[in-house]
Amino acid sequence: MDAFLHQVVAGLATGGIYAAVALALVMIYQSTHLVNFAQGEMAMFSTYIAWALIEGGMSYWLAFAITVAVSLGVGILIQRFIIRPVSNASVLTVVVVFIGLLAIFNAMAGWIWSHTIKSFPSPFPEKPIFGSLISNHEMGTLGVTLIVLILLYVFFRYTPLGLAMRAAAQNPVSSRLVGVRVGWMLALGWGLAAAIGAVAGMMVAPIVYLDPNMMAGILLYGFASALIGGIDNPWGAVLGGFIVGVLENVLGAYVIGTELKLTVALVIIVAVLTVKPSGLFGKVIVTRV
Amino acid sequence: MALLDVKNLEAAYGPTKVLHGISFALEEGGITTILGANGAGKTTTLRAVCNMVATRGEVTLAGARIDGLSTEDIVRRGVAHVPDGRGTFLQLSVEENLRLGGYVRRDKAAMLVDIERMYGLFPRLGERRWQQAGTLSGGEQQMLAVSRALMLRPKLLLLDEPSFGLAPLIVREIFRTMRQINKDEKVSMLLVEQNAALALDLADHAYLLETGRIVMSGTAEQIKNDDTVRRSYLGY
Repeated sequence: MDAFLHQVVAGLATGGIYAAVALALVMIYQSTHLVNFAQGEMAMFSTYIAWALIEGGMSYWLAFAITVAVSLGVGILIQRFIIRPVSNASVLTVVVVFIGLLAIFNAMAGWIWSHTIKSFPSPFPEKPIFGSLISNHEMGTLGVTLIVLILLYVFFRYTPLGLAMRAAAQNPVSSRLVGVRVGWMLALGWGLAAAIGAVAGMMVAPIVYLDPNMMAGILLYGFASALIGGIDNPWGAVLGGFIVGVLENVLGAYVIGTELKLTVALVIIVAVLTVKPSGLFGKVIVTRV
Repeated sequence: MALLDVKNLEAAYGPTKVLHGISFALEEGGITTILGANGAGKTTTLRAVCNMVATRGEVTLAGARIDGLSTEDIVRRGVAHVPDGRGTFLQLSVEENLRLGGYVRRDKAAMLVDIERMYGLFPRLGERRWQQAGTLSGGEQQMLAVSRALMLRPKLLLLDEPSFGLAPLIVREIFRTMRQINKDEKVSMLLVEQNAALALDLADHAYLLETGRIVMSGTAEQIKNDDTVRRSYLGY
């Protein structure tokens, strides 16, 4: 029983990371109606920046804060200079741009920091505090994810800027008519998504180790999470993240073994898309033909 | 001096020209209406004033040129727009819709007072303040659209067919409120309507738009008594 409970709790911890990635995907989806395939590689690149800062002698949390801020800025720049020019292009064009970004970030990370696998420090103490049920890093990851979620909730719910961002994603035309600068709101959305991704990257890196391909699997889990919740619903994405995290861990431990874990994500993706494309909380869009 | 002065305004959607150089003016504190049939270019005229379509020509607001400014900046000059289709933020609450209406304002305390004032103007919105705006009826959404625009404390209010698709009783309520706002707060209005009788009752000046050209203008009284207008638009 204890072992099972441990699997569930550990699943919640990784689920938090998937939730963060899923949330980043949903934020971009709401404004572009496309899944940003480069989200994982952007997070990986951010994690490398954090690694370089820490290697340079900076304290972990300062490096963490700087990485989040830099990612926010880079996300905004990517939207302004790369995504905005193709925002009226066909779906396929934008998807190719996303894949291009994926390849660029992956290659750049390998070129700058080499492809050898590096260990990434955890900011949480080594010595177990919570007994054998949950490691400090798992507990810390869960805590950091929850803080990020609460901050986002407060931002979107209670600040004028958060309200304007929600409005711009839902109804750009009306937003302009009340004076919201829609272009900048979309850019800020990219920045926030990149910042959330950076947090997820830094939390997952001590577990999967740092290398240019570290986020490939995580992005799949994140995508599965977002789909479960309904790709246009942020809270669904968060819940989906925790569901996928627990499922992955429990199935991996008792049913299919660790080698086939990633299959869980793929099975979820296929199952949701065939059985209930709108996910648990997504909007069913009816088109008149 | 006219609050809004439009000269030789042209507008096009891609290669299709909709407005062929129209000119009109609106006095400060006045209500001007642009009448016309479906497809005459009424909605496009309002969109052109806000630079939401490709336009050419001069638009002057309170002595300053605003053509060429972005829609967002024109809003910041005090032009509020109740758009075609009401433009409701369907997934947001009634109160959030109103808060967005005052998005460019910096006087937070006065804004909260204004939100309560809107609930005073339209008590039904007050009863539904935390409800998702998408669940409101058409009439309530139109009240919300007018209130959202008023939250800007505009100098000029552009109204695109506020009577469209609504029950007569609700139309009367909305038009009564607009008259009251015009009188009490000196908000100038540019009203576009298919319902000519209704519009001429509210407005002091009127223009008649036919396939992108202004074919007649005058005081509301003159237009109302014109035989052609009476036959084609008022139906008696």
